[in-house]
Amino acid sequence: MSTKYAEAAPQAATKYVGRAVDRLDAKAKTTGEARFAAEHPYPDLAHAALVHATVARGRVTAVDTARARAVRGVIDVLTHENAPAMKPAPKPSLFNLSSLVSGTTVNYLATDEVYWNGQPVAVVVAETPEAARYAASLVRPSYEEWPAVVDFAAEEPNAVPQKSNPMRESGADKGDARAALATAPVSVDLRFSTPPQNHNAIEPHATTAVWDGDRLTVHEATQNIAWTRKHLALRFGVPERGVRVLSPYVGGGFGGKGSVWAGTLLAVLAARATGRPVRLALTREGVYHTVGGRTPSTQRVALGADAQGRLSALIHTSVSRTARAGGGPEPVTSASRHLYASPNIHLSDSTVRLDLVPNTFMRAPGEAIGTFALESAMDELSWELGMDPIELRMRNEPERNPVGGQRFAHRMLREAYAVGAERFGWRERDPRAGAMRDGRWLVGMGVATAYHPAWLMAASVTMRLGADGTVVVRCGLQEMGMGAATAQAQIAADEMGVPLESVRMEYGDSDLPPSPGAGGSAQTASVAAGVLAAGAKLKRSVHALARRLPGSPLRGRRLEELTPRDGGLFHAGGGQTYAEILAGAGRDHVEAVVKASMPAFVVRTLRDRRRLMRAASGAQFCEVRVDPDTFEVRVSRWVGVFDVGTVINATTAASQLRGGIVMGIGAALSEQTLIDHRTGRIVNPSLAEYHVPVHADVPRIDVHYLDEPDPTMPLGLLGVGEVGITGAAAAVANAVRHATGKRVLDLPITLDKLL
Amino acid sequence: MRPFAYVKPADIEAAVRVAATEPGAKFLGGGTNLVDLMREGIERPDTVVDVTGLPLDTVTELPGGGLRVGALVRNSVLAADRRVRARYPVLSQALLAGASAQLRNMATVGGNLLQRTRCPYFYDGAAACNKREPGSGCDALDGFNRGHAILGVSESCIATHPSDMCVALAALDAVVEVRGPDGTRRVPLTDLHRLPGGTPEIETDLARGELVTAVELPPIAAASRYRKVRDRASYAFALVSVAAALQVRDGEITEIRLALGGVAPKPWRAREAERVLLGGPADEAAFRRAAEAELAQATLRPGNAFKAGLATATIAATLRELSTGEDLR
Repeated sequence: MSTKYAEAAPQAATKYVGRAVDRLDAKAKTTGEARFAAEHPYPDLAHAALVHATVARGRVTAVDTARARAVRGVIDVLTHENAPAMKPAPKPSLFNLSSLVSGTTVNYLATDEVYWNGQPVAVVVAETPEAARYAASLVRPSYEEWPAVVDFAAEEPNAVPQKSNPMRESGADKGDARAALATAPVSVDLRFSTPPQNHNAIEPHATTAVWDGDRLTVHEATQNIAWTRKHLALRFGVPERGVRVLSPYVGGGFGGKGSVWAGTLLAVLAARATGRPVRLALTREGVYHTVGGRTPSTQRVALGADAQGRLSALIHTSVSRTARAGGGPEPVTSASRHLYASPNIHLSDSTVRLDLVPNTFMRAPGEAIGTFALESAMDELSWELGMDPIELRMRNEPERNPVGGQRFAHRMLREAYAVGAERFGWRERDPRAGAMRDGRWLVGMGVATAYHPAWLMAASVTMRLGADGTVVVRCGLQEMGMGAATAQAQIAADEMGVPLESVRMEYGDSDLPPSPGAGGSAQTASVAAGVLAAGAKLKRSVHALARRLPGSPLRGRRLEELTPRDGGLFHAGGGQTYAEILAGAGRDHVEAVVKASMPAFVVRTLRDRRRLMRAASGAQFCEVRVDPDTFEVRVSRWVGVFDVGTVINATTAASQLRGGIVMGIGAALSEQTLIDHRTGRIVNPSLAEYHVPVHADVPRIDVHYLDEPDPTMPLGLLGVGEVGITGAAAAVANAVRHATGKRVLDLPITLDKLL
Repeated sequence: MRPFAYVKPADIEAAVRVAATEPGAKFLGGGTNLVDLMREGIERPDTVVDVTGLPLDTVTELPGGGLRVGALVRNSVLAADRRVRARYPVLSQALLAGASAQLRNMATVGGNLLQRTRCPYFYDGAAACNKREPGSGCDALDGFNRGHAILGVSESCIATHPSDMCVALAALDAVVEVRGPDGTRRVPLTDLHRLPGGTPEIETDLARGELVTAVELPPIAAASRYRKVRDRASYAFALVSVAAALQVRDGEITEIRLALGGVAPKPWRAREAERVLLGGPADEAAFRRAAEAELAQATLRPGNAFKAGLATATIAATLRELSTGEDLR
């Protein structure tokens, strides 16, 4: 298993893999030809708008819909009193993976219960979106209010430990970390906090739902096509084969479109209730109120070391939150399992449940905020020791996985730091705090380690070779704008030895062979495994045909002797094109089918995790300028050097890594969801008040990758979607510490915390 | 959106007449604030009087070296005007520090004067807000108020006025020309906006039907600057902003104009600080003393207490720059 892919890889010449290939959908998107979920026209299309609860907990006692119904163009107002019932959300279970796709456990409009401030309690369906939204503003629910728990800071002391499961361990104890900390000659013991954050994909969540009897077609902005289909079939009690989910274009996901949220369910429900095709495009505010975001956290990191900086104790504990109505625990301390060799390690993650919209996946859940605390603490330890922070990390670079002792499939942090230090000019750094200036600006430089575990799931892929030499790859993968389909086309072109123009990708459709959802930075590797397997099968079939053809130059040749190139199979002395072989055999196409097995995936994953640690990693280098009067922090330079194995597409991989860093800069300096501690209401549900970085906040980001294949992964590739955000906030915090002498433990680092 | 009537009058008299006679009429300029608020259901005009066709979109010379700015001059046009950049850099800088390029291309001077607060509780219909719904209370007092005002506040409202342009105009002694049913009157900009007191829903001195037609900028000899401090490099409202003009002769301050943004319900002319500074030395100690004198009257809450120190630091930095010619950025 572990070396299979490395052997397979050299067979195909890498003509496209690694190159900066333009996205296949670039033209459709730039010309506006691409239709997103809210852009599909249907005759008779109706529009829906949500009515959000204004209490955090309680029940709806009545809904006055009279004024809303009187608005011209209103078709219906659905509430718990008149809506057709959905089936309840299934209990989350590893044996029914589509159950994990429930954004919340709420059975919308089948219950009068309110679980959070902002929960949808009614839906207006109208002839125009304007009428629907206006009428929604006129719906007047009455509530019986119940006591609610909404204040994370107040509830945090009541946290309970997360349960560990075999697919995702939580907590660890190795040696006696507390005792080692107490006797360590040098130590730091710090308490961090990170705020809740919300999703702000450029495309707000949207659904267009069309019923035809029991058949349902849904145009959906999702990063989980196959499970969304299963989930909708289950919730609406119709056969799965009659449900089709189409999602060829998604305007960004980041985890926020990985689950099924209220808008999707209620669009489908409204379409069923009214007998009309229904479009529900969430407002930006609607996204905040109905789609989860990143949990807040409090974290403690305590490190003990000897005078030479060798760690003797590593303690990392966290509290994060889920919700009464769903959400999942985050593995906040995950990176601390893997980063530093310490004989004594104590890790634990705890959770509180609040009456808020449930948390959900958001780019590197766990690692994004966990690395902020761990890597800030390592930096602070370097100050205590008077040691260069890179040197401190190198002295604690482990030979094997510190928790569990697994072998690293691939570990190149030393190389990443060496290359990064060179590119960044780390040597120019004056180690003293506040010593570097650029004019009046204080200048600071910081580093932090990026780390994200690599997953490999199972994708079904069909590959079809036509008589004209074209290759059609069919896989219901998710393309959220990151170039997923383009990367697979490059892989398929190399695997079959055909020009990229000869490859056609079919994706984003639940009628296609299912792909795992786009999550955990696993999609490219998972689908690549399927494409490689399908390509190998296809070549075997073609080879078998050729060997039976009279006069074929491939007769008597074993497949291993042949190279796929120039649209056919060749050896040094000659060969035949696919078109020639298929024509000779009288075939109009040859097809290869690879079916994913979920049980096999689970078994393989559990086996691999016992002996092997796979991850993408990197070294983040950040330079900040800090105004000495006002303490405004501006990131002025960035170098990120990553070990992400083989890079498939130089352009899109760099964009993914860069995008992760930008999101990390936002987390470091400005992003936070403000939740009123009295009402549980999100106070800043807009791009004006929730501060994502704007162009002026983002400097040129130098992204470099080491481009060494991981021998245990398909083509040697590791996912690039999430590792970029990890370590990023810590690199900023560490640079601020260097510029100002001040350690900010509480994100975001706004100027009031430095004044 | 709630239904409303839309009219586009042909001349100023007609615009004023419609607005004075139609109850619930609102003037529409660039629409960058009014239309947003209508979408949110906060502004609910019955009649929208589109004034963008009126001949109020030029910048003209005044006798004596001042400028008269028509109320419909777009923010981007005003910021780029050579005369403004040469004579009133503080105004050009303030305009460019506001919003985004797209918004500045639409936003008018008159609309900018009358833009409403960005207090999040004002925007959320589920929250208590005396400005939106008189008598309902103020959720900002004990809620999130990091961005809120510390000067001129009341127990009814601590919302800030969000404009950058107005802060510069306050420092420049600008005068607002207003046309109403009874003719034209001129109001000093610093008197245009009201403090909230017990009636935060009344934000200006304008009577029903009165239309802002122009802003007059008197000549100024002193060098001027605008400094905006915010949570990200662009597209964010000011935590604190400072508009300043300073002239120093023989080590003595002979002219000082100082106005603050982000700290008050109206563009805040810092008269107390000016009094402390005028005739004295232009040094760091004086700048800080003056700032502290101005901020002595501040009402601080845990969420926004940092603004006093931030305002002091920003005032000192801006005046230091003006006095030494140092480039602040």
